[in-house]
Amino acid sequence: MGVNRYLILKYNEGKTMKERFLEVTADADQNQEAQFDTWLSGKGIPFASSEAEADYKARILLIKDAIQLKKTPQRIPICPSAGFFPIQYAGVSMYDAMYDYDALALAWQKYSDDLTPDAYNAPTTVVPGRVLDVLDFKLGRWPGHGVSEHSEYQYVEKEYMKADEYQDLIDDPTGFFMNTFFPRIFGTLKPLQNMPLLPPVNEIPCIPPALFPFGDKKIQSAFSSLAKAGEETIRWRDAVRRLNGSIMGKGYPAFSGGFTKAPFDVIGDTLRGTREVLMDIYRHPDELIEACERITPFMIKSGVASCKATGHIMPFIPLHKGADAFMSEEQFQTFYWPTLRKVIIGLTNEGMVPQLFAEGGYNQRLEVISDVPKGKVVWWFDLSDMARAKKTIGRVACIAGNVPLSLLCTATPDDVKAYCKELIDVAGNDGGFIFSTGAGMQGSKPENVKTMIEFSKDYGIYQ
Amino acid sequence: MPNDLVDAMVNMREAEAMALAQKMLDAGEDPLQVLERCREALEIVGKQFETGKYFLPELILSGEMLKQISKIARPFMRKESNKKAEAKGKVVIGSVKGDIHDIGKDIVVFLLDINGFEVHDLGVDVPAEKFVETISKIQPAVVGMSALLTTALESMKNTVDVIKNAGLRDQVKIMVGGGAVDEKVRKYADADAYGPDAVAAVNLSKEWVEDKG
Repeated sequence: MGVNRYLILKYNEGKTMKERFLEVTADADQNQEAQFDTWLSGKGIPFASSEAEADYKARILLIKDAIQLKKTPQRIPICPSAGFFPIQYAGVSMYDAMYDYDALALAWQKYSDDLTPDAYNAPTTVVPGRVLDVLDFKLGRWPGHGVSEHSEYQYVEKEYMKADEYQDLIDDPTGFFMNTFFPRIFGTLKPLQNMPLLPPVNEIPCIPPALFPFGDKKIQSAFSSLAKAGEETIRWRDAVRRLNGSIMGKGYPAFSGGFTKAPFDVIGDTLRGTREVLMDIYRHPDELIEACERITPFMIKSGVASCKATGHIMPFIPLHKGADAFMSEEQFQTFYWPTLRKVIIGLTNEGMVPQLFAEGGYNQRLEVISDVPKGKVVWWFDLSDMARAKKTIGRVACIAGNVPLSLLCTATPDDVKAYCKELIDVAGNDGGFIFSTGAGMQGSKPENVKTMIEFSKDYGIYQ
Repeated sequence: MPNDLVDAMVNMREAEAMALAQKMLDAGEDPLQVLERCREALEIVGKQFETGKYFLPELILSGEMLKQISKIARPFMRKESNKKAEAKGKVVIGSVKGDIHDIGKDIVVFLLDINGFEVHDLGVDVPAEKFVETISKIQPAVVGMSALLTTALESMKNTVDVIKNAGLRDQVKIMVGGGAVDEKVRKYADADAYGPDAVAAVNLSKEWVEDKG
């Protein structure tokens, strides 16, 4: 769209830095096909039978057809966002799910076996509690640490980066995270504030001074806490891998396989905090935009790397502060969208399919966010108007969504069925649609989830 | 000059607004008059928010300006001018048990406050019993409950139930809001109204306080 380009150009006026991530490259199609082939190959999955393998591939093809907009899939893929629902469904406490990896795996297996959604969400958001304990994590509260054993973990918003530190972040994002941010959010990593700056280590005489800090007992203890946390993470990863092999082995692919974020959200969610980042729009607009630009390549690289690690094609990208209620359309187009669009293009060029989860309402932005390459992304909606989304973004991208959690948590199966029918009628026409929920399903009534999946699988068959 | 302060605040010229307020105070203007200008500005910002011209950045920044100006005005206050205007009505508010999110609730508290309500903010993760205890003590016309997490919806319903069991339900109007809340949740929890944003919370409170007379 004209306006975005104008803003991007305006911002870059007089700058010499090379402009990247604005156009789709010639090999993007080919890269996407290659990545779909990797996902489809199911390499390394211990399939239970050749039938399960065929089911696995058929389910991926439903999703592929919905994404590429080249043909109507055989039926609508049903891919609700599990959230922490499997934990409550299996009768396990949130504490046990975070501390007992077998309990976590059993819960997830039961969810997939009983409710059989076409794609499941690997439990990578149920992070190992012991790792948070070992590192003395400050950025959240988790079961047994500030919230009850049955509550999900929750963020503690604070100004973890001060306004006058924008320039430090812009100068050296890696150094800022290591020397300033980590010492603030991990109690045991406080000594990392004395880590040396790395680029100056470029000649023989620069080596010894860079090594002084590593001789210090405090930094050594920081590294030993990292080693301990790392070992625990491997135990957790192995349990999650076995679980993933088991669910996929029965024919169910994962709905996403990587993770990244919109640059504005990286700054706003955990560095500056919601209040501060929104005021920065007036107080520090140039620094805010430059910081978003500066971390854009990191967000692209980590999205690509995390997908490559799982052989998947879709990095999950939860969008937090771009919603209608948070800022005006002009602010969205100035501060939020330009760098998010770059992340989208950067991922697309590497063959990935960004899975953009638009939390809240995006009804004021449907036209602006339609400026994406055709058949290359999934726009997943929460409270947005799906009929309008279908008519706008639906022309260029697969849309997903949006059974409301308030319905799943409080209504009856008949109400759920009525909503699903209308949703499929409105958003499902001629493919280009993945059936999902508006948010993670924790708190839902099991009978509502069951009804939603069963009904929609059947009603979503294309004639 | 007073209109300049309103104009600077409404148009988010923070540095100018701060300088103007300081100049007015230094020149011996009644600090209450200065604060009255701020209130006028915030009322305009609130209206712009309501009509969709302004969003959270303007609401938060104007609140921050008011906070800073109140701070620099304090030393200029004479004792007799410290008398508080009579509150429009009382509101008890909090994020329900199990939910520690506060941004949405804080914006509601802020808007209620500048609209003249006496707000008792119980904070986050508020047990039902705490709501009951405060309602008995304060006798508010309005109770507000907030939830962002879907898992806190049961807790919202339970809070209303506990208020019922304590025999206090008929004395108060209950409004609910927050990311996880909508009309369906309102019905489920048996609250009196759902507000989609902070302005709705103010309008509901005004309406209910007037009804109560």
